[in-house]
Amino acid sequence: MNNLWHQKVTQVRSQIESYRRDLLNWIIEGGFRLFLMMALSITLVTTATVIVLLVRESLPFFQQIPLKDFLFGTQWEPLIEPKSFGVLPLVSGTMMIVAGAMLLAVPSGIMIATYLNEFASSKLRALIKPILEILAGIPTVVYGYFALTFVTPVLKEILPDIQVFNALSAAIVVGIMILPMVASLTDDAFRAVPNSLREGAYAVGATPFEVITDIVIPASRSRIGAAVILGVSRAIGETMAVTLAAGATPKWTFNPLESIQTMTAYIVQVSLGDTPAGGIEYQTCFVVALLLFAITMVMNFAGNMLTYFDRKVG
Amino acid sequence: MLKSVKARKRRDKIFVWLCRGVTLMALFVLALLLFHLIREGAHWLSLDFLNQFPSRFPSKAGIKSALFGTLWLSLLTAIFSFPIGIASALYLEEYAPKNRLFSLIEMNISNLAGMPSIVYGLLGLTVFVRFFGLEQSLWSGSLTMSLLIMPTIIIASKEAIRAVPDSLRLAAFALGAKPWQVIVGQVLPAALPGILTGFILSMSRAVGESAPLIMIGALSYVAFLPQSPSDPFTVLPVQIFGWASRPNEEFHGLAGAAILVLLAVLFLMNLGAVIVRQRFQRYRL
Repeated sequence: MNNLWHQKVTQVRSQIESYRRDLLNWIIEGGFRLFLMMALSITLVTTATVIVLLVRESLPFFQQIPLKDFLFGTQWEPLIEPKSFGVLPLVSGTMMIVAGAMLLAVPSGIMIATYLNEFASSKLRALIKPILEILAGIPTVVYGYFALTFVTPVLKEILPDIQVFNALSAAIVVGIMILPMVASLTDDAFRAVPNSLREGAYAVGATPFEVITDIVIPASRSRIGAAVILGVSRAIGETMAVTLAAGATPKWTFNPLESIQTMTAYIVQVSLGDTPAGGIEYQTCFVVALLLFAITMVMNFAGNMLTYFDRKVG
Repeated sequence: MLKSVKARKRRDKIFVWLCRGVTLMALFVLALLLFHLIREGAHWLSLDFLNQFPSRFPSKAGIKSALFGTLWLSLLTAIFSFPIGIASALYLEEYAPKNRLFSLIEMNISNLAGMPSIVYGLLGLTVFVRFFGLEQSLWSGSLTMSLLIMPTIIIASKEAIRAVPDSLRLAAFALGAKPWQVIVGQVLPAALPGILTGFILSMSRAVGESAPLIMIGALSYVAFLPQSPSDPFTVLPVQIFGWASRPNEEFHGLAGAAILVLLAVLFLMNLGAVIVRQRFQRYRL
């Protein structure tokens, strides 16, 4: 009798013990999951905050300045009287940097990717790739310094009427800066092209040049497109090099030898001065940033989508 | 279309040489950049340069406050961003169902990785400096930087976690481990070297970044060392920007010297990443 009772107690005890352990595990598991989820939610909060913030600070600006005047005005003088808020000079400045940088980075990026993928031995490739990645790791302020103290003086020897601050030298260094990114994304694209396609072309007598222009590039065009789009987006968002080398005079011009100002450089200029919070000068910062954000986000989204779907199909 | 074989072969040869030339050109630009920096900055480098505060007089100027600021900032940024970045990546790889919501979240992270750094600066300015009243302190700077490098840390960590073989997880589950035990006990240790490599590379981005810090008001003239995270600060890239934007030639020399120090710091960090990666490969299953 006593013995049976004892058995029963032990059984119940171990049952309770196992429930306790289950509960503890459940709490730890739940807490752990919750912690991970909260960490992940920070990225969503960041995006949401940026959008809310930029829109909220821009709204009062658009109550004073009509959207049409902002988007199509060719005078940007928000800091000096008489004030004028046409954003086109900042856009033209930015576009010149982007155009110059892409003109440099896209053809050479594709050629470097071609060389590494199709011509270089694997040993040479393993040597060159990390060296190129160094170029990508150099801080942008260093490129600004390089443009200001090296590229511009060299350009001055060739083009004597170039200004101390000019769009050309900034565009060149921004091009050097995004070159490794374009090259590496294109390289990935080329690697994703199955070798059977190349071998098929070689088998019918194509030369390497023809294999690349007729087979490899067409087969990877959506990923190359993504590389170009992401490169453009980086060039638009690039800040320090253009602030140092391209100048601070917003001008509706397409002459790369003149001093200009980009959207990013304008934001830096305002933040370096003592602009009181709340005034219209302060708001212009957010308005320009909103435009910058909208453009780069659309491009990033397009670029990432292209890569994503290509990966899915290919 | 019907070109002679000879012409096609010639075109091919030219093309190969062109590709080779462009690649060499890129390497040459890097060499040129380094050579230029050494020529401009090397003669300003000295122990005094590392041990003096910035000054109006170029000969008395140094980067002590910038070096300490960079050290403080990277330490705080690492503390904030490392656990949160890994946690996000773990959730995405180990728990998140493969549905539309989570592919949207992943897309959002890739987009954040490409958001201009200056927008992060505005975010930090309004949220940390103004809204939370953290002023122009190391707190504001490091929190802003953490947000900036978070997407890259998450992306790198995700890749490292994905590379952990499923057999490891299945074996642990078969022994009765709960999901969190599998993650903490098996997945995380196996992925850690890969995560660390990506983390160090992300940190080197934070060390070189200046635009967001200028936005939140890091100064280029700081003649004291920060004593706590609530002090104002400067970092190397901001100091470089301050000197490079002066018209005076001597300050350009100082900027060149500071760049050499910055590049040395970045080189050491990258070396660390390479060493971690190689150790990982040595102990691979």
